[in-house]
Amino acid sequence: MTEAQVIRRIVKPVLWVAGLAPLAYQIWAFLTGHLEAEPVKGMQHFTGRTAIIILFITLTVTPIRRLTGWNGLIKVRRLIGLFAFFYALVHFAVFLVFDLELNFGELAKEVVERPWITVGFSALLILSVQAITSPLAMVRRLGGKRWNAIHRLIYLAAGLGLLHFFWSQKKDIRLPLVYAAVLAVIFAVKIAVARRSKAPRVLGAPGKTSESP
Amino acid sequence: MLIRKPQDIPSHEITDESLFWGRREWLASVGLGLVGAAGLPRLLQGQDGALKPDSYDTITSYNNFYEFGTGKEDPKQNAHTLKPRPWSISVEGDVKKPASYSVEDLFKGLTQEERVYRFRCVEAWSMVAPWNGYPLRDVIKKLEPGTKAKYVAFTTLLDPVQMPGQRRGVLDWPYVEGLRMDEAMHPLTLLVTGVYGKTLPNQNGAPVRLIVPWKYGFKGIKSIVKIRFVEKEPATTWNIAAANEYGFYANVNPNVDHPRWSQAKERPLGQFFKKPTLMFNGYGDQVASLYSGMDLRANY
Repeated sequence: MTEAQVIRRIVKPVLWVAGLAPLAYQIWAFLTGHLEAEPVKGMQHFTGRTAIIILFITLTVTPIRRLTGWNGLIKVRRLIGLFAFFYALVHFAVFLVFDLELNFGELAKEVVERPWITVGFSALLILSVQAITSPLAMVRRLGGKRWNAIHRLIYLAAGLGLLHFFWSQKKDIRLPLVYAAVLAVIFAVKIAVARRSKAPRVLGAPGKTSESP
Repeated sequence: MLIRKPQDIPSHEITDESLFWGRREWLASVGLGLVGAAGLPRLLQGQDGALKPDSYDTITSYNNFYEFGTGKEDPKQNAHTLKPRPWSISVEGDVKKPASYSVEDLFKGLTQEERVYRFRCVEAWSMVAPWNGYPLRDVIKKLEPGTKAKYVAFTTLLDPVQMPGQRRGVLDWPYVEGLRMDEAMHPLTLLVTGVYGKTLPNQNGAPVRLIVPWKYGFKGIKSIVKIRFVEKEPATTWNIAAANEYGFYANVNPNVDHPRWSQAKERPLGQFFKKPTLMFNGYGDQVASLYSGMDLRANY
């Protein structure tokens, strides 16, 4: 198998299964009554944590690519990132449907008046813009420079998502602290790898065609 | 009105869950005669303010009791290390009969009652529980506080061996709570020793906890070892932890939001959608007069 075939036939299917597994688990728990006593809070926490974890995994693609020299991996970054957006969207939808009962006036009030909601909502907006601009056609239309500027906001989204997680806790912040530690390690590795590596940014170089299907 | 007539049989003879329901069915069928069976559901759903309690399993499996961990299901799993018998409660402060009382002595001569109360957590979830216990006022009358006793302060056991959650400084241990004397003397305020007619399980605050049904759940201090009669408003644990979020009064109030979330609605355990929260958790007729003239927005 060529590298492209490995990605198409093995890596991507594995990612699809892994990416849909949390959703499948939630649906199973919903149907069989295995959600916790506060089912909505349980779904909110689960989907929120899943979104953050997948977002973190998205951030590891580039350093892994540079460390292994397996440049083809860049082709799965978009898929992983879209899964992160998907769970953030489900997280938001649970809030909108079960907490706010689709009352958009309430939503506006929550987003404006409660800083920790503002923070989480901002992260979702960033991920939405990134999802919309994720097709390759959008890379070409926007140009690599602008596209990169938009997609570098993933660092901000990760930070905001983490802050939202901290802020959601009543008192015990051990779990968000663990997440923060993981993000710090990812950043440290990214910086170290970026300094060492002279590999060109695949999507950053204008006119680069390595992303063509 | 939710206060039931005092029961003159001891708690261990009263109810387990199926008997509890059986009795209501029986009462309903007697009360409604031939339409008993058909009328039962409506009776249970809240005609005349009748409340349908959550299951014993729900009430005893979903608890905020940080002394045994911060997860809701931690207390049920971890609270087996607590030894609620024998247990003594120290009565101190401006009171005629200060002493260390065994639980049995503290309640001696008093009548245990069953109260079905709404329970509203500050986190915006709620349940209904059939508590067994003694009106705090009966205990206070027995202890005879002095004129300087303006507040009653409560303290939870401090023992990191029995309460492993206290090894972490997530809250200032021991847990402390307090009530104004008129709140403590209110007939709805209960010292709880059981639920569904069974001895109170450890995870719910054995052997004795406080239940103040018109206040958020965190006022209901668990596993009490000390009761003090004091002149000044005592410190309370969640107020120490986050004064802008949790006040001394902590009255259930749909019009005063928690800084991070609305208190206008609540989600009954096990349900997906919220329902409106009632002023004073539905006990306004009985307790609103305690707070007349007070700014409830400032005294949250």
